[in-house]
Amino acid sequence: MKILVCISNVPDTTTKIKLNGDQKSVDMTGVQWVINPWDELALTRAMELKEQSGGKIDKITVITVGEKTVEPTLRKALAVGADNAVRIDTVPTDDYYVAAQIAEYLKKEPYELIITGIESSDYNGSAVGGMLAEFLDAPSISSVSNISFEGDAFVMKKAIDGGNETVTADTPMVAVVQKGIAIDPRIPAMRGIMMARKKPLLVEAPVEIEALTEFVNFEMPKPKPPVKMVDAENVAELFRLLHEEAKVL
Amino acid sequence: MINFEFTEEQIMIQQAARDYAQRELIKDVIERDEKAEFPTEHIKNLAELGFLGMLVGEEWDGGGMDTVSYVLAMEEISKVDSSCGVVMSVNNSLVCYGLEKYGTDAQREKYLKPLARGEKIGAFLLSEPEAGSDATKQRTIAEDKGDYYLLNGTKNWITNANSASTYLVIAHTHPEKGHRGINAFIVEKDTPGITLGPHENKMGMRSSDTHSVMFTDVKVPKENRIAEDGFGFKFAMKTLEGGRIGIASQALGIASGAFERALQYSQERKAFGTEIFNHQSVAFKLSDMAVKIENARNLCLKAAWLKDQGKPYGTASAMAKQYAADIAMEVTTEAVQIHGGYGFVKEYHVERLMREAKLTQIYEGTSEVQKIIISRSLLK
Amino acid sequence: MSVLVYTENWDGKFKKSSFELVSYAHAMSGQAGGEAIALTIGEVANEELEKLAQYGATKVLSIVGDAYKEMDAALYAQAVAAAAQANGCEIVLMANNNEGKGIAPRVAVKLKAGLVSGATALAQSFDPFVVRKNVFNGKAIGYQQIKSANKVVTLAQNSFEIMENPVAFVAEIFDADAAESKTNVSAVDKVTDKLLLTDAEIVVSGGRGMKSGDNWGPLEELANVLGAATACSRPVSDEGWRSHEEHVGQTGKIIAPDVYFALGISGAIQHIAGVSSSKVIVAVNTDPEAPVFEAADYGIIGDLKTVLPRMVEEAKAFKANS
Repeated sequence: MKILVCISNVPDTTTKIKLNGDQKSVDMTGVQWVINPWDELALTRAMELKEQSGGKIDKITVITVGEKTVEPTLRKALAVGADNAVRIDTVPTDDYYVAAQIAEYLKKEPYELIITGIESSDYNGSAVGGMLAEFLDAPSISSVSNISFEGDAFVMKKAIDGGNETVTADTPMVAVVQKGIAIDPRIPAMRGIMMARKKPLLVEAPVEIEALTEFVNFEMPKPKPPVKMVDAENVAELFRLLHEEAKVL
Repeated sequence: MINFEFTEEQIMIQQAARDYAQRELIKDVIERDEKAEFPTEHIKNLAELGFLGMLVGEEWDGGGMDTVSYVLAMEEISKVDSSCGVVMSVNNSLVCYGLEKYGTDAQREKYLKPLARGEKIGAFLLSEPEAGSDATKQRTIAEDKGDYYLLNGTKNWITNANSASTYLVIAHTHPEKGHRGINAFIVEKDTPGITLGPHENKMGMRSSDTHSVMFTDVKVPKENRIAEDGFGFKFAMKTLEGGRIGIASQALGIASGAFERALQYSQERKAFGTEIFNHQSVAFKLSDMAVKIENARNLCLKAAWLKDQGKPYGTASAMAKQYAADIAMEVTTEAVQIHGGYGFVKEYHVERLMREAKLTQIYEGTSEVQKIIISRSLLK
Repeated sequence: MSVLVYTENWDGKFKKSSFELVSYAHAMSGQAGGEAIALTIGEVANEELEKLAQYGATKVLSIVGDAYKEMDAALYAQAVAAAAQANGCEIVLMANNNEGKGIAPRVAVKLKAGLVSGATALAQSFDPFVVRKNVFNGKAIGYQQIKSANKVVTLAQNSFEIMENPVAFVAEIFDADAAESKTNVSAVDKVTDKLLLTDAEIVVSGGRGMKSGDNWGPLEELANVLGAATACSRPVSDEGWRSHEEHVGQTGKIIAPDVYFALGISGAIQHIAGVSSSKVIVAVNTDPEAPVFEAADYGIIGDLKTVLPRMVEEAKAFKANS
């Protein structure tokens, strides 16, 4: 059985965001690029599943849509333990475009389980997993907080309001995972780091398709007004403010 | 040509060390320091990640990494926990290096491989109660008994004394030959006749285990002697040259860890109407600290680079060790100062870093000994 | 352009978020020159469906049937897309919650529609169609254009005020042919039926400043008086003082209540990330330098031992008078 983990290349979450002069794009100079945090957790879980499967899961592939500059991020995934990597050589213009590219690759190389993160920390889109499943006419399970491998099937724990459901599905299936899918992202061992370059990194040509959305401009959020302090002796004043000024009580 | 860029692998190695330190070591570092508790779980994890045998060649089950990667990893670990840093340094630069460079195939097969894999830990036994900086005055005797050596004496201040299984012991076989009569031996810790003194109650790096080790009629097999008869002193000196790079990187980490905390604190703490970073006296302190750390890092990396290139690096590593240790003391002291009252309490880490910095000026060759080495090299 | 607004129901009942969605759909359809048509899947009583008309849904569609008993994203998306096309709706709207995140992307591909996840305001313009949303985890604001004729938008939580715009109530059963489901739900584990943290309008949360798990009595009392849910910071759940279900923050739950009371919480970035979309944050802490005061709208510097009981008293008095 094979697992495909879709990863995206994003700025490190501690980056201070600055806009370019025309406000039409974000200034990416000096940005540290990392694997999208949810995708990193997805990859960690995929590795755990493979290690515990007694050989039944024998291949973890990572795939991304991006230009050559994203290859270090792919190699980080290989260092963590993925067996091979695929890069679709094009700029990831929007989620629809990205999902379509990955769907095209899956026509050539089938996988039983495809895992995507529920959100990407750059443009906060929550789309690729579901879109990919629809392109493949495959089942998708979203808000997945755990995947286990029982017998020969993948069993998913899906978060619902006030609890969770246990779900299985036909393969190929897409699991869209959220926090909790792994506790911490796996740290690559030294051996993994030194082996990363030796693992296959396949570059695929993209297919012609139109992106359906585009960011036309950006702005910085307005600074928050300073906190209004209330005297500890006069707590009644707090409730008055919450009622009359903030109008939330 | 000077190239200040790191390779992708070096950056990944640095990041892995940073992640482990900032995520895991940080959790109990203060508690372990207070209780003087050995970081057993962490050493196991660091071993699994491959940090204990980084420099050993792949043919001996090591990581086959370069010394630059080692410096980067040592710095990151030591920013948070220099006790783990010293375990790592002794294992990598002293014991593994010594065995890999000078051991026979049989010795390397038997002893180096488990050390490189991190399954076993090593210790380096040179210092004695009466012989520290003056290492030629070894009183520990290894009497040549034909097919074995008989070891008698006491070693002091041994890092990893309790946790290690493999000791590299320096002892005198032919006292009449002076330092040319000194040998180096691989001694298994559970050999009968070895006893440990109590765990030293130290000022800093309290989570690493330090004991004196007593040898009473300890039998060491002939084949456990390293290299030819009388090579021991040279072995110790050559091995310490590489060890210096590890300790220099450890000192660098202690300094940069303290600096990062002081920088963060200065941007949060307010006094006299603004964040204290905006007061020149504090900003200038931080500026000085940054320059010192940058210098220390460059010295460490240069020494590492020379070693990787197969060029002589003894002077470079002495410079790195002396400078990094001395600025670590200065930087950590200032870091405590910048924190004000908060710098004096354990919760804020910097007081621990200041206590740790002191040892880097003393062990593996005091700053004064480094200056002897450096000044002698000026005459060459 | 007409808007199809998918309103999830919970055991046949709608929530405040459903009415926010319909209010938004009504406003958007007004801007676009069309209708707001609501769609819900599952058995919902007429009196409940009528509520949607209060907020401007000119038609309320229901899809019923055994095929839809389990939320199979593929089937639900198929139904939503079919309803949108059958009713001439170019825009499909849903919440950016668990269910919405599962369905919206599939609907988008079905309709060949561009998708905006987590809109925070009405469309800035219709030609071109541009919607505002948060990017980089809220560090910046982006304006995303949908270039296709069909459009899918999911609305971020607590981004739009409920507005009553009553219209005549028209209900209709929508016949959606369901394909075979490829997923199977084998167990449902309901952890709690009490007020969901993610639904609560008021949340009272405690941090390490509470000093001990034994001190939660007054906090729970305050929550009771205000009709609020309780929450906590990560160190509190790590120590075992409170359940992990209450942990809000970057690695816990992300919530967006109207009021978030942060009691004895220092305000570490990871915690604030979980509550930054709250309308109002009230912080109580002994340390005037605590970072929580940077994020808070109102603050009290004081010892919880004295301040918290006062808050309980004042909350009771406030409730009695309102």
